[in-house]
Amino acid sequence: MTAVDLGMPGLPHAPRGVGHLRGAESFPDAARGALRNGQLRANLGHATSTIRGKRANVVGELPDWEQLRAAGKALKTATMARLDEHLEELERQVTARGGVVHWARDANEANEIVTRLVQATGTSEVVKVKSMATQEIGLNEALEAAGLDVFETDLAELIVQLGEDSPSHILVPAIHKNRAEIREIFARTIPGVDPGLTDDPRQLAMAARAHLRERFLRARVAVSGANFGVAETGTLTVVESEGNGRMCLTLPETLITVMGIEKVVPTWRDLEVFLQLLPRSSTGERMNPYTSAWAGVTPGDGPQEFHLVLLDNGRTAVLADEVGREALHCIRCSACLNVCPVYERAGGHSYGSVYPGPIGAVLSPMLTGVEDNASLPYASSLCGACYDVCPVAIDIPSILVHLRGEHVEAVARDRDRPTAEAVAFRGLAKAMSHPRLWHLAQRAARLGRLVSRGRPTLPNALPPPISGWTRSRDLPTPPTKTFVQQWTEEHRS
Amino acid sequence: MSAREEVLARVRQALGETRTPVPEVVRDYRLTDGRPAGDEELLTLLVDRVEDYRATVLRCGPAEVGATVRAALDQGLGTGWAAGDVVVAPGLAADWRPAGCDVDDDRPAVQLAERAASVTAVAVAIAETGTLVLDGSPACGRRALSLLPDCLVCVVTADQVVGSVPEGLARLDPLRPLTMVSGPSATSDIELQRVEGVHGPRTLLVVLVGG
Amino acid sequence: MKVALFATCLVDTMTPSVAHATAALLQRLGQEVVVPPAQACCGQMHVNTGYRREAVSIVANHVRAFEGAEVIVAPSGSCVASIHHQQAAVARRAGDEALAQAAEELAGRTHELSQFLVDVLGVTDVGAYYPHRVTYHPTCHSLRLLRVGDAPLQLLRAVRGLELVELPGAEQCCGFGGTFAVKNADTSTAMLTDKMANVLGTHAEVCTAGDASCLMHIGGGLSRLRAGTRTVHLAEILASTEEAVTPDQKAIPAVTA
Repeated sequence: MTAVDLGMPGLPHAPRGVGHLRGAESFPDAARGALRNGQLRANLGHATSTIRGKRANVVGELPDWEQLRAAGKALKTATMARLDEHLEELERQVTARGGVVHWARDANEANEIVTRLVQATGTSEVVKVKSMATQEIGLNEALEAAGLDVFETDLAELIVQLGEDSPSHILVPAIHKNRAEIREIFARTIPGVDPGLTDDPRQLAMAARAHLRERFLRARVAVSGANFGVAETGTLTVVESEGNGRMCLTLPETLITVMGIEKVVPTWRDLEVFLQLLPRSSTGERMNPYTSAWAGVTPGDGPQEFHLVLLDNGRTAVLADEVGREALHCIRCSACLNVCPVYERAGGHSYGSVYPGPIGAVLSPMLTGVEDNASLPYASSLCGACYDVCPVAIDIPSILVHLRGEHVEAVARDRDRPTAEAVAFRGLAKAMSHPRLWHLAQRAARLGRLVSRGRPTLPNALPPPISGWTRSRDLPTPPTKTFVQQWTEEHRS
Repeated sequence: MSAREEVLARVRQALGETRTPVPEVVRDYRLTDGRPAGDEELLTLLVDRVEDYRATVLRCGPAEVGATVRAALDQGLGTGWAAGDVVVAPGLAADWRPAGCDVDDDRPAVQLAERAASVTAVAVAIAETGTLVLDGSPACGRRALSLLPDCLVCVVTADQVVGSVPEGLARLDPLRPLTMVSGPSATSDIELQRVEGVHGPRTLLVVLVGG
Repeated sequence: MKVALFATCLVDTMTPSVAHATAALLQRLGQEVVVPPAQACCGQMHVNTGYRREAVSIVANHVRAFEGAEVIVAPSGSCVASIHHQQAAVARRAGDEALAQAAEELAGRTHELSQFLVDVLGVTDVGAYYPHRVTYHPTCHSLRLLRVGDAPLQLLRAVRGLELVELPGAEQCCGFGGTFAVKNADTSTAMLTDKMANVLGTHAEVCTAGDASCLMHIGGGLSRLRAGTRTVHLAEILASTEEAVTPDQKAIPAVTA
């Protein structure tokens, strides 16, 4: 191993007590409740199947999709291999064009920097463009704790904020709500909203427009994330649909952009790949309605004060994991969520992190340290649908398996006595490594025939962990002879 | 150690002493569409893709731009609009502007919200994705101009229409403030169904000149 | 060809009829079948549950058991995928480069049954007779790791008497996922329920697939519901002939050796 192993000292994870990377419950416990929520299941099933179809159509249109995917993967791999150099170049270029670059070791430091920058402008209101990085670090809570009013301006983020809810999807944070539920939230929480508001999505969007219009026009400070930061030119980009991003990036006097360090790309030309991969994978459109790009400050056009906050918050710990670092290639398109059979049923909140779904199941544990999100690497049937749709070909199933290994080995290190599971797996491994022991073990399994007392399937009331199986499925009674045993007997010469 | 030094040191530690070599990036995807800018097939494709976003395209010859811009405004605002309702980019060609319209200047950007429509040129148009790119040049205007008025008219000339995203980006200067526009403002946030018209202009009209 | 049959630990222990059927089928197609007696497991369950260190000796046993085999066939997409994609990596991570290379070399000679029939032997009509209404579930690892494509469907379409009905939502995971079925039993059950609803919607008598593990999961669910629709491994269907079809393909395979 040339790099530091996950969980080894030296590279800190995202700190506890701040931000939204850790859930209160384990995945199986959280999912148990979500699975019984029929409305949630219906909403998610409807939304994800809609977007799956749209994505498949527009991806199918491009004859060179696989080449773009391979280029996207190679570009990200190349970028990570020289991440320090690209970050320094980005800093130089942004600074040269009138921006100010700040570095944040973790969520607390980023929150402090942004709070200080906002306070320095003398305003008490902040408008925000939807940003995963600021959700991750809990920036809204930090700004509110400092007495500032924060307005999320993306429609789905607004729904979540007004509903005092939490996001459950990377692209569509309110995917768990249907139009009727959104109408109810708007009718209840938007002052002066038309009492005749219906659940027509167009009417709901218009209500959001009216609600936010004045705030945009008077806003003096905006906070955004960034989809890509181009090192060679210092160009930042925000990819969006509604125009709320443009409002925030254009109208206020001060713009503060919080960007994870992995979002840097070396050259402007690299966007010719990512701007094809991202919209088709995320909203299933050939191109999203608006993409904004800016380099520093432009006199007479847009904010005259620009700050870029470069955020680590556990990303370097991910980078140190030679297998897991591929998760940093994620461009936050959500395609893996939309195809994931586990996400579709358990919903985003079950993951307990702002990053749900397959990519969240690898990214969250690596950002926090696997011990703080120990159930997430197991929250997958390893069906591989996520890998197939990932626009930068992140091998999520392999990282999940890798993290399971990291977790098992970390538990073994931390405990004096092995877990019952570890004892069982070690015993089984020993048997499976020695033919004679294996045949003895198989004979023991056939003791199940005794338990079954002649029935075709084993009884339902078996002890854990088998009860996890038999609660919903029958288990066949093992036959009297294994195949190898019978074959060997019949073919003895 | 400063945060900057520390984050960079962590990156270096994570990457290790002996770094993996930077892999070669193979760009074997389509770099060009194969058809030259302004090719009639590209113009047809652009029209199809822009209309797919529920925007409107009006085609005209080089001598009819002014009249077609007025026709576009008729569609976007209804026929009773006044010249003062319309604000245009300062560098927009004189014969493209409706007579007597407002020309953007250095007023506070938010005042542009008082206008019903704006008219701008574009820097490049990408046919395959139905994307218009505005680059903050005098003919395209500052970013707020194409954002605040509820109706946006963009004039595209045939020679500005390229086939693919790589061709489009190659024509742009990443040091300028860029806005890529693909249809009117839209959202998919409610049940992942697309609804046109949220915060940006709810009406987009494209005047396609030549070809 | 001399084919070494890897039964897989699950089939060997729980559903040996699948391995008997595989052997009978291959013999009927003129292949010589051998069953290396020292075989146990490919190591997948250990690797996928986090016990990759413990898996190394299992991989070593597998490599030893099949050493010298001309070609290896297993009636499981999942186990063959693990042999192709995991065994060498597990050995390499543990620093056993010799084992990694031996595993890689062995993987190159290891085939999933339907791929072996269609791609290696070049047969799609294996002479089978199976007069039942059947739907096919493409298991995830066959589909996405091995890319078996429509090889199983080509084989099923050539079976006399068999009425093949398309499974809606076929490519969605059934929810098995190895220890996922136990560690996330509720989510697994929710996925299984949707898979079963699609299977039952086809009104097929039989749901087939290339993996006994997924079939044990789907079949276990159907059995619990007393649904009547049963699960039968692809090998058992392909092994069936006019001379040997039992009305309920249960414990004993309907095969002639």
